[in-house]
Amino acid sequence: MHPILTLIAQRLALGILLLFAASILIFAGTSILPGDVAQSILGQSATPEALANLRAELGMNEPALSRYFSWLGGFLQGDLGTALTNGRDIAESLGGRLKNTLFLAFWAAAISVPLAIFLGLLAVRFKDRWPDKLISGITLTTISIPEFMIGYVLIYWISIQLGWFSSVAIINDGMTLGQKLNAIAIPVMVLTLVVLAHMMRMTRAAILNVMQSAYIETAELKGMRMLTIIRRHAFPNAIAPIVNVVMLNLAYLVVGVVVVEVVFAYPGMGQYLVDHVSKRDVPVVQACGLIFAAVYIGLNLVADIVSILANPRLRHPK
Amino acid sequence: MNEQLKHMTGQVAKGLMTRREFVGRAAALGVTAAVANSMLADRAAAQDAPKRGGTIKLGSSGGESTNTMDPALTASEVPLSNIRHWGETLTEVNPDGSVENWLAESVEASADAKTWTFKIRQGIEFSNGKTMTSEDVLKTMQRHSDEKSQSGALGIMRGIVDMKADGDNFIVELDTPNADLPYLMADYHLMIQPDGGIDDPAAGIGTGAYTIEFDEPGVRHGFKIRDNYWNPDKRGFAEFSEVLVLNDATARTAALQSGQVHLINRVDPKVASLLDRAPNLTVESASGRGHYVFIAHIDTAPFDNNDLRLALKYAINREEMVDKILRGYGSVGNDMPINESYPLFDESIPQREHSIEKAKEHYAKSGHDGSPIILRVADGAFPGAVDAAALFQQSAEAAGIPLEIKREPNDGYWSEVWNVQPFCASYWGGRPVQDQMYSTAYLSTADWNDTRWKKPEFDAMLLEARGELDTAKRKEIYSEMGQMLRDQGGLILPMFNDFISGVANNVGGWETDPNGEVMNNKANIKCWVTDA
Repeated sequence: MHPILTLIAQRLALGILLLFAASILIFAGTSILPGDVAQSILGQSATPEALANLRAELGMNEPALSRYFSWLGGFLQGDLGTALTNGRDIAESLGGRLKNTLFLAFWAAAISVPLAIFLGLLAVRFKDRWPDKLISGITLTTISIPEFMIGYVLIYWISIQLGWFSSVAIINDGMTLGQKLNAIAIPVMVLTLVVLAHMMRMTRAAILNVMQSAYIETAELKGMRMLTIIRRHAFPNAIAPIVNVVMLNLAYLVVGVVVVEVVFAYPGMGQYLVDHVSKRDVPVVQACGLIFAAVYIGLNLVADIVSILANPRLRHPK
Repeated sequence: MNEQLKHMTGQVAKGLMTRREFVGRAAALGVTAAVANSMLADRAAAQDAPKRGGTIKLGSSGGESTNTMDPALTASEVPLSNIRHWGETLTEVNPDGSVENWLAESVEASADAKTWTFKIRQGIEFSNGKTMTSEDVLKTMQRHSDEKSQSGALGIMRGIVDMKADGDNFIVELDTPNADLPYLMADYHLMIQPDGGIDDPAAGIGTGAYTIEFDEPGVRHGFKIRDNYWNPDKRGFAEFSEVLVLNDATARTAALQSGQVHLINRVDPKVASLLDRAPNLTVESASGRGHYVFIAHIDTAPFDNNDLRLALKYAINREEMVDKILRGYGSVGNDMPINESYPLFDESIPQREHSIEKAKEHYAKSGHDGSPIILRVADGAFPGAVDAAALFQQSAEAAGIPLEIKREPNDGYWSEVWNVQPFCASYWGGRPVQDQMYSTAYLSTADWNDTRWKKPEFDAMLLEARGELDTAKRKEIYSEMGQMLRDQGGLILPMFNDFISGVANNVGGWETDPNGEVMNNKANIKCWVTDA
C-alpha cells in the first residue's frame, strides 16, 4: 500500500479510538455531575414520589454501565434514541441543529478564511509599515474583546440604531436564503472578527518564516517582484501551518460558538448541548459530544493530510 | 423627556389636553410633529377596541430545547406561555385576585366545603373537533392525581378523596374542607384535555384559542387562531402568535428595541429604567407574590435558636436590598411569604425594620459562640443573590454577627443546596392564595418545607382556615399564622420582586397582572397588535 494511504488509515483508526474514548469521558463526566436527569427535569418542584416515578420511567434505575452500552449499541446501528427530557427523537432534533450550525460556520468561514489569508499576505507585503500595523492592530483588538461584547456592540449599532439587520438570528426551513442571510449577518460578522486575527497572524508568521529562506533570497536577487515571490515561492511552502490554523478555527466555528448562539438566540448545536447538559440528558449529551469530537478529529485529519500532500519529504518518503 | 411625553399622551387620551397642545409641547421637547402624531396614534389605537389579525410575538426567557407541551411537566416560563395558547382550566384567577369560572359554568360548594360541584360549560369543542364533557374533565384530573404521575399538580390533588362525572357536572369530594378549591383548579397544570390527554399529553389538543403551528423547543413556538373558539370576545385577537426563546437578557431587550418582538418578560432591573426611555416601548412592572429569601432550617443548630433567627432578621437591611438588588422594582418583605397581592392579607401586621441595636440584643441573647454562620448562595437562586448575600453580610457584621458566604455553583443548586443545606438563598414564585402557599412550604408534612417549620398548632390553624367559608374569620386566622411565621419562622424574607415586562407601543390590551410574568403568561392570547 502507498505510504500515504497507510498513514491515512492509521489516522482514521486513531480517530475512531479517540471517539470511543471521548464517549466514555462524556458519560463519566455527566455521571459525576451533581443531580440527575429526573432531578433536573423537576427542578425546585421535585417531590420524592415524582422523582422516583420519573427515574423508573426513564430507566434510571439500571446500572450506569448497562445504560452506556445499550446507548452505544443503538448509536452504532444509527439509532440515537429519544431525549430523556421530552421524548423527542434525538437524530431528528440534532439533524436540524447540526445543519444550522454548519450553515453559520460555512458563511463565517467563507468570509473569514479568504479575508484572513489576504490580510496576512498584505501584512507581509507591507511588513512593519502602516498597513501591517493597522491590520495587526485591528484584528488583535477584536480578538481581545470577548465575543458577547462584540455581539452586543454590533447589535446596538447595526440592529437597533441603523435597523439594517435582525438582532435575533432565529432561522427556519420556511425562510428564503436571503432572509436567512439577513438573520445571520451580525453573528457572521462577530465570528469573522473573532477568528480573523488568529488565522491572519499565522499566515503572516508562516510566510515571513519562509521568506527568510535562502531560496527566497535567490528569488529576490533575481529581481522578482515582491508579490510574485510571495505568491509563487513563499505561500506554497507556508500552506501546512496555515491549513492547520484554518482547520483549528473551522473547528471552533462549529463547536465553540455557544456564546454567539446565546447572544443571538441562534438554533445551533451549542445551545442544544448546553440545555441538555444542564438537564443531565445523557443520550443527547453523548450524541452532541461525539459529533463535536468527530468534527475536531475530522478537521485535524484533513489538516494532516493536506500537510502531508504539501510536503514533498512526506509525499516521497525514503 | 420620554416620561413627560408618555404622561402627556395619557393626558390627551383622557381629554385633559388637546392634540394641538400636545404637538406644541412635544415640539418644545425636540420631537417633530410627525413623531408626536404617531405617538398619539399608537396610544389612541392601544386604547381602542381589540383589533383582530396580525402576528403577536413574545420574546421570553425560561425556554430550553428540552421543553415539552405536556402541561403536567410545565415548570418554566416558555412552556407555560405555550400551553396557555391551546389549553384552558376550569377556573381562572383574575388580575385583581378574584377567581372566575372559565370552562366551568358555575361552581357550588356544600355547606361544609367538602363537596364541590363544577357545572361544565356546554358546547365547547376541543381543537380536534370533539365536544368537551365532564368525562374529559374527570380523566384530566385523574391523570394529575395518579400517584405515579410526574405532574406538578400532584401536591394539590392529594386532598381529593373522590371525583366523579355526573351528567354535566364534575364533582369533587375532599378529605378536609377547602374553601379555596376553585383557586386550585386554576392551576396551569390542570389544562382540560380530551380523555385527559392520557394517550398523548403533549399533543396540544385543548379548548384554547390557538392550535400549534410549529413547535421547536428552545427556539420558537408558533400558534394559529382557531375558527371555532368558544370565547372570542376575550381571547385570541392576533391571527398568529409566536413565542421566541430569548434566554439572554440583552438579546431580549435588543429584540424588543429593534421591533422584532412585541413583548418581553423578565427585564433586568438594572436596565429597566434605561429601557423605558426608548420611545417605542413601555416598561411595565407588576408587584407580584414572588419573593427572594434566605431560608434557615429551624431544626438545625445554630438556627434552632429563635433569638439567633431574630438577630438575622433585624440585621438585614430590606430597603437597601430593594434599592440595590431590585433597583426599586419590588417591595420590602416582612419575613412572611404573604403580601398585599394576596386576598385576605392583613395590612395591620407591623413591618419589621432594620435595627442594628435589636440585632445585637438578640444575638447576645442567643448565646451563639461566635463561630461563622455559613450562608450558601448562587445567582441561580435568584438574580442578584450573591450581591444580596454580600449586603446581608455587611449589615450583619455591623451587628457583630459573623456571617460567612459560601458561593455554590448554579448547576445542581436545587438538588444539592436548597432544601438540603441548613442556610441558603432561595426563591419562591408565590401561589394564588395563602392556603396554597402555606400548604406547599409551611405545613409539617409539606414536601417542600424548606425551613423545617413543623408546628402542629400552625397546621391546625391552616386546616381551620381552609374549611372556613366566613372570610372575616379566615382573614383573622391567616393574620395570626403570618405573625407566627414572621416572629418564629426560619424564613428571612427581605423582598418581594416585581414582574418587569417590556411592551411595544403597538400592543393593545395590556393589563397589570400580579399572578405571573407577562400578564400571567397570557399576554399573547389576551393582547392584540394595533397595526395589524
